[in-house]
Amino acid sequence: MKRPSTSSRFWLAGVLLLLQPAPSFADPLPPPQHVQAFDAPNDAGGAIVLVWSPAPYDSPGVKYEIRVSNGSADITSGGKVLAQFAADTHYTKDAKLPWWTRPAKATDHYYVVKSGKGMELKNGDAYAFVVAAVRGEERSEAPAVRAVPGPNWINWNQLNNFFVVLIFGAVVVGSIQQAKRKEIFLRRIPGLDAVDEAIGRATELGKPILYLTGAGDMSEPSTLAAAVILGRVSKRVALYETDLMVPHRDPIVMAVCQEITKQGYLEAGKPDAFKEDSNFFITTDQFSYTAAVDGLMLRKQPAANFFMGSYFAEALLLTETGASTGAIQIAGTDSDHQLPFFVTTCDYTLIGEELYAASAYLSREPVQVGTLRGQDIGKAIVLGVILVGSLLASAGVLFGTDWPSVVLDLFKDLK
Amino acid sequence: MIFLRRQLPLLITFVTGIIFIAQYYVPHPASEELLTTVNKWLQIIGGFALVLGVTSLFHQHAVKIRRREPGWGYSFVLYAGMVGTIVVGLAVNGKESMDGGMTAFGWIYSYTMVPLQGTMFALLAFFIASAAYRSFRARSREAAVLLVAAIIVMMGRVPLGEYLVPVTGDITQWVLNVLNASVRRAILIGISLGAVALSLKIIFGIERSYLGGGRE
Repeated sequence: MKRPSTSSRFWLAGVLLLLQPAPSFADPLPPPQHVQAFDAPNDAGGAIVLVWSPAPYDSPGVKYEIRVSNGSADITSGGKVLAQFAADTHYTKDAKLPWWTRPAKATDHYYVVKSGKGMELKNGDAYAFVVAAVRGEERSEAPAVRAVPGPNWINWNQLNNFFVVLIFGAVVVGSIQQAKRKEIFLRRIPGLDAVDEAIGRATELGKPILYLTGAGDMSEPSTLAAAVILGRVSKRVALYETDLMVPHRDPIVMAVCQEITKQGYLEAGKPDAFKEDSNFFITTDQFSYTAAVDGLMLRKQPAANFFMGSYFAEALLLTETGASTGAIQIAGTDSDHQLPFFVTTCDYTLIGEELYAASAYLSREPVQVGTLRGQDIGKAIVLGVILVGSLLASAGVLFGTDWPSVVLDLFKDLK
Repeated sequence: MIFLRRQLPLLITFVTGIIFIAQYYVPHPASEELLTTVNKWLQIIGGFALVLGVTSLFHQHAVKIRRREPGWGYSFVLYAGMVGTIVVGLAVNGKESMDGGMTAFGWIYSYTMVPLQGTMFALLAFFIASAAYRSFRARSREAAVLLVAAIIVMMGRVPLGEYLVPVTGDITQWVLNVLNASVRRAILIGISLGAVALSLKIIFGIERSYLGGGRE
């Protein structure tokens, strides 16, 4: 049998296309199909989700209208118009939900009614909704659906986050076990190696050491890290019998640091050398504190300044004043926005994670070192995920396919 | 006693740590209420701790005045300022304005505190200039790279610079959006993992030096 030529197939396709029934304004407008309303999952309540099937008439010329009324009211005779939008918008796939919590097919319509904007949804009360298709003066309503908003106990959207925490925790525990069995190599961190040098220099010059714990309170990891390093520094300071000044911005941090310093002196076998007022409070105000510490630097001329913890605009004011006094300066911060100032004005800077690594680096305890190895493995995993994710996202765009999102969703919104 | 000094704080840290990890995954209002309550507790503890801080401040400067240490005059100014502000503040019940007019307490804040804070903040401009001068001296290859990058970015960010050398605008955007952003994100990933690891160490009692001591 002779195959039709390419041109004849083209013409045949064109004719068939013309014969297709095109949607027109003369066609009846069927109501939205399979409309469902249910309590929005994974939230604190006060929200209801509406989903319904896509329709052949979904286009910018047709609109969907959503009406709501309190469950006891008759919605057929009224209700409040909540929203009106083009019929080719508001799909489940646009909702930015991970695939494991999508309440409907990706191609279904999806609309979340939330408390606010003149509408309050009370948990436990029933509400009725009507979804209508509107084309010009013509409208077609689906039967009313009812739902009751309520709070949920688990946010399943963050399941991936939970697994990442578990995996990272397992990696850290595994690394600690490994570190107990064999020694783990730690790369040199010049800023921490310089701690002894700075204390030694201050001792030789007979000048004090200034140690700042940053602007944060005890709930910030960087302040905790700064307090932990203070413990090691105070021990060395006690051994060398050098003066230590630790001015504070937070009274709770001051109280904690007093205990840490005292313990450092005890461990060094010099409890008598400990001075209760080596840790002292100045003020919680940012620039008043800065002015006071700058004054201390200029009057007492400390030989070594330590800037650990989190900092804001005061960073440069502090470190530049310290640099002008000729002190050796070591900074360690997770405030990435202040890093350029520290790098510029300090002799050594612990960048980000090095601040957290300080405790392990200085103590060399296997358990502490193991956590560092765990962090490094975590970073390797993150690098791998970034690489694979970039490839998959690029593949998705290049080939116009959705399947990479199955993997990409796993690493979405990780905090 | 060792139970009160060591084990009980570690137990409290472990239990509260686990509860607040779980709290992150629970959207229920009860969970939010728990967080709000604990934050209120923290504020109350912070209020009491402030008394501790002010006591420390008074003690520190009282010693300086008593011993006539160098710079004891500054301590005297601090005492005068603090006591004066407390007295004035108590007299007007802590209000900065009354009957449409400014109180003495408000005057101290508006015409003393605010200008002094502004002055300190303004000093930053001069400090940036001096720090930039020192770091931009091309003494090494790295400093030279920094200098060139800084000149290009400065040109690209200033309207006149971009007008004179239009290409600096695009190069600046590229430096900020590609080089700068990627390095910042790398640092942030390290910081986040470090913070999580430190938090785990504290919750599980691996890191306990913040309690004031080594292992017992």
